[in-house]
Amino acid sequence: MAFSIYDFTSFNQAIDKALYNALPPVWALIVEMTIIGLVFLLFYALVGLFLVYAERKVCAFMQNRVGPNRVGPYGIFQTIADFIKLLMKELITIKNSDKLLFNLAPFIVIIASFMAIAAIPFGKGLHAIDFDIGILYVIAVSSLGVVGILLAGWSSNNKYSLIGAMRSGAQIVSYELSVGLSLLTIIILAGTMQFSQIVEGQATGWFIFKGHIPAFIAFVMFLIASTAETNRGPFDLAEAESELTAGFHTEYSGIKFAFFFLAEYMNMFIVASIAATVFLGGWMPFHVGGWSGFNHIMDFIPPFIWYLGKTAFVIFLMMWFKWTFPRLRIDQLLNLEWKYLLPINLVNILVMAFIVLMGWHF
Amino acid sequence: MNSFFKYFTDIYSGVKSLLTGMSVTGKYFFSPGQIVTEQYPENRKKLLMQERFKGEVIMPHDQNNQHRCTGCGICETNCPNGSIEVISNRIDSGDGKKVRIIDKHIYHLSMCTFCGLCIKTCPSDALAWGQQFEHAVFDRAKLTKTLNKPGSSILKGIE
Amino acid sequence: MKEVIHTPVPYIEEEEYHINMGPQHPSTHGVLRLVVTLQGEIVKKLKPHCGYIHRGIEKMCEKDTYPQIIHLTDRMDYLSAHINNHAVCLLVENALQVEVPERVKYIRTIIDELTRIQSHQLWWACYGMDLGGLTCFFYGLRDREKILDIFEQSFGSRLLHSYYAPGGLMMDIHPDFQKNVKAFIKYFRKKIKDYDRILTGNVIMQERTRGIGILTRDNAISYAVTGPSGRASGFSCDVRKHYPYACYDKVDFKEILYTEGDTLHRYFARMEEMRESMKIIEQLIDNIPAGDYSAKMKAVLKLPAGEYYQRVETARGELGVYCISDGNKTPFRMKFRSPNFSNLGVLDSISRDTKIADLVAIGASLDFVIPDIDR
Repeated sequence: MAFSIYDFTSFNQAIDKALYNALPPVWALIVEMTIIGLVFLLFYALVGLFLVYAERKVCAFMQNRVGPNRVGPYGIFQTIADFIKLLMKELITIKNSDKLLFNLAPFIVIIASFMAIAAIPFGKGLHAIDFDIGILYVIAVSSLGVVGILLAGWSSNNKYSLIGAMRSGAQIVSYELSVGLSLLTIIILAGTMQFSQIVEGQATGWFIFKGHIPAFIAFVMFLIASTAETNRGPFDLAEAESELTAGFHTEYSGIKFAFFFLAEYMNMFIVASIAATVFLGGWMPFHVGGWSGFNHIMDFIPPFIWYLGKTAFVIFLMMWFKWTFPRLRIDQLLNLEWKYLLPINLVNILVMAFIVLMGWHF
Repeated sequence: MNSFFKYFTDIYSGVKSLLTGMSVTGKYFFSPGQIVTEQYPENRKKLLMQERFKGEVIMPHDQNNQHRCTGCGICETNCPNGSIEVISNRIDSGDGKKVRIIDKHIYHLSMCTFCGLCIKTCPSDALAWGQQFEHAVFDRAKLTKTLNKPGSSILKGIE
Repeated sequence: MKEVIHTPVPYIEEEEYHINMGPQHPSTHGVLRLVVTLQGEIVKKLKPHCGYIHRGIEKMCEKDTYPQIIHLTDRMDYLSAHINNHAVCLLVENALQVEVPERVKYIRTIIDELTRIQSHQLWWACYGMDLGGLTCFFYGLRDREKILDIFEQSFGSRLLHSYYAPGGLMMDIHPDFQKNVKAFIKYFRKKIKDYDRILTGNVIMQERTRGIGILTRDNAISYAVTGPSGRASGFSCDVRKHYPYACYDKVDFKEILYTEGDTLHRYFARMEEMRESMKIIEQLIDNIPAGDYSAKMKAVLKLPAGEYYQRVETARGELGVYCISDGNKTPFRMKFRSPNFSNLGVLDSISRDTKIADLVAIGASLDFVIPDIDR
């Protein structure tokens, strides 16, 4: 293999073996889980902080502004300062709210996004679990977050929150379909639902190039549907600040609000990494058939950088949507899904199945 | 059949309009030279102030600490909010006549609406606009200012 | 014991509920309170509550002399401050039968149109923001700054100018005024294309606003909805055309009329008005005659006893000033017919059976300035 220098499989196995030799199996497992949990928590916090900063900078540049520029050089510590501020803020308890659900909701939202991150491959051998049904797991887990949003809206004892939560429910129920169908198109092409296999399958070319037009259409569909699923961009009806003040998290303050805020950005990160993994080759370097010199240079860039670069590209696309388009209305949102995305997706799957059947893909 | 084609032309025109919008934001994103933000406390030195800027009402004094205010009180009567109080004294001018001179020209910045009537109606051009605009203070009493400087006197030849 | 104050609650049907939009709400642009009766997301009834920013400007006018009234009118519709000033100035000048120099008329017309453009720019910015496109807000404000810079250079302030005085102007325009205005027109002709590309042509915006909040011509007339909102319904109500003042009879411009009367066409009407305003300025800016910047006025203005009325076209519609004078230096009674108050009245009837998101869009398209509603 050309990129064996960046292969983490043997490294991970060595740690695993050493732990099991030194400790009884139960303790070894617990230590492993703790290490992975801590690494992910750190990663989660770093990515969340960076994404908030990145979004503010990107939107500022699109709007002819400078963006955060006070805390640290170019304002890079702005999000840390904001985080400290949110930690110190008072947690306001609402009269007549359902206390248990009100306090539970932010945790559900953040746990759902935290669970999804486990299955995503960051490099060769760099993933917490490699499920056979990785894609199915990620779809299932990432849509759990809506439960938290519904609970938050319901328990806040606020009509604005309730409207926002109900909108969010309708939105997720419809857009789950499109996310699933557009990923299904690629599953047909790849022949597997395992993330590591999907990435390996793109060693000779990314699926978005391999699968001709249907793969590209599926990519666009996935971008639209996943933007809607993360409550972002032109589909942020659940929080729609000009209509519902802040939607489902109107009544949240301090660290509980920060959880919702962080979860939104982590969902965006997860969705972008799925798009990068499934359509853009994950950690696989960019190869052009026949140019062995060029391919060799590409191999020297670590897979983790490739993965992060592609994810950042998809995230930038989503930010670009958000800061350009006006918001849709709820009936238009459902129209878009049921009248446009769903039929196109279904036809797209048929076309893709036909292409795979005839062996027309690369 | 017609509606069938309309379905696709709708998609085409819709996507086209969305891409046009994205080209605008994309254009600004990749041209940071067009940023218009003023970075205020840093650019305080080179801040471009217009000479007509209405920051506050001031009474210009020359190098001999002399102003042009006769204390007639026209600015006080013209002020719509009562933000000017003129306190004048009557003193002997030497030849037996009583002459009015200004004791204190009190200006309440907190009540001023910057309408400019005092400056426009002043018969001896004693008042002017100052360019100072950083008026934030911790004590409200500091916003009440005495415009004539201590020890100042009226310029010769102003009646 | 604390005393509980019960506010009267409007009658509601089953499965309906109230929501208080405002006085603190991001899309009411101020302290307007709308008690909205909703069924799910559908607006069934709507009741505006005014008065949160009532300052008693009409009453304050009764103790002020005519030159002093000018600075109060700034604070009604602060986005068309110059045009409000113009109304009072015209009223006093007509009552005293003062002939204003030609130069003043030209300058006033140019500044009125600049005011109209900056008001519509802010409206465009807020319209985009209310529909959820936050970037529009910054583009609109960015271009508005250019006009405010011109204003600051000539009149010293950016929002509340008090620049017109009965008989003329407070001071002459800045020597660079003409150059800067021409530069701005050139700049804005380029930028307004961006406005079209980012919002006007956008399929989401068009679909959200087409056919929403239809105001028929009859309704527009019976509710006296003036300004671009009325003209989008086909109600020809441009004071500049029908009762020309200042230089409007000398310039060539179009009254923007549409017949559809929905939110989208109210949007088109304002966008077209910006272009028409630029056309008016271009016709006048090179031909400002030399002369005095103010007519000779007495030190104390006393209007002859009687009743006077003057109307002008502000950025939002027709502003009427009605004044009863008893011959003193202060008016006996001053009454402002503010365009926003009349336009607010129609909000209930055109937003029924629309969604709450449409209510925000309709409110944005009617372009309220709350201090003008309450005065």
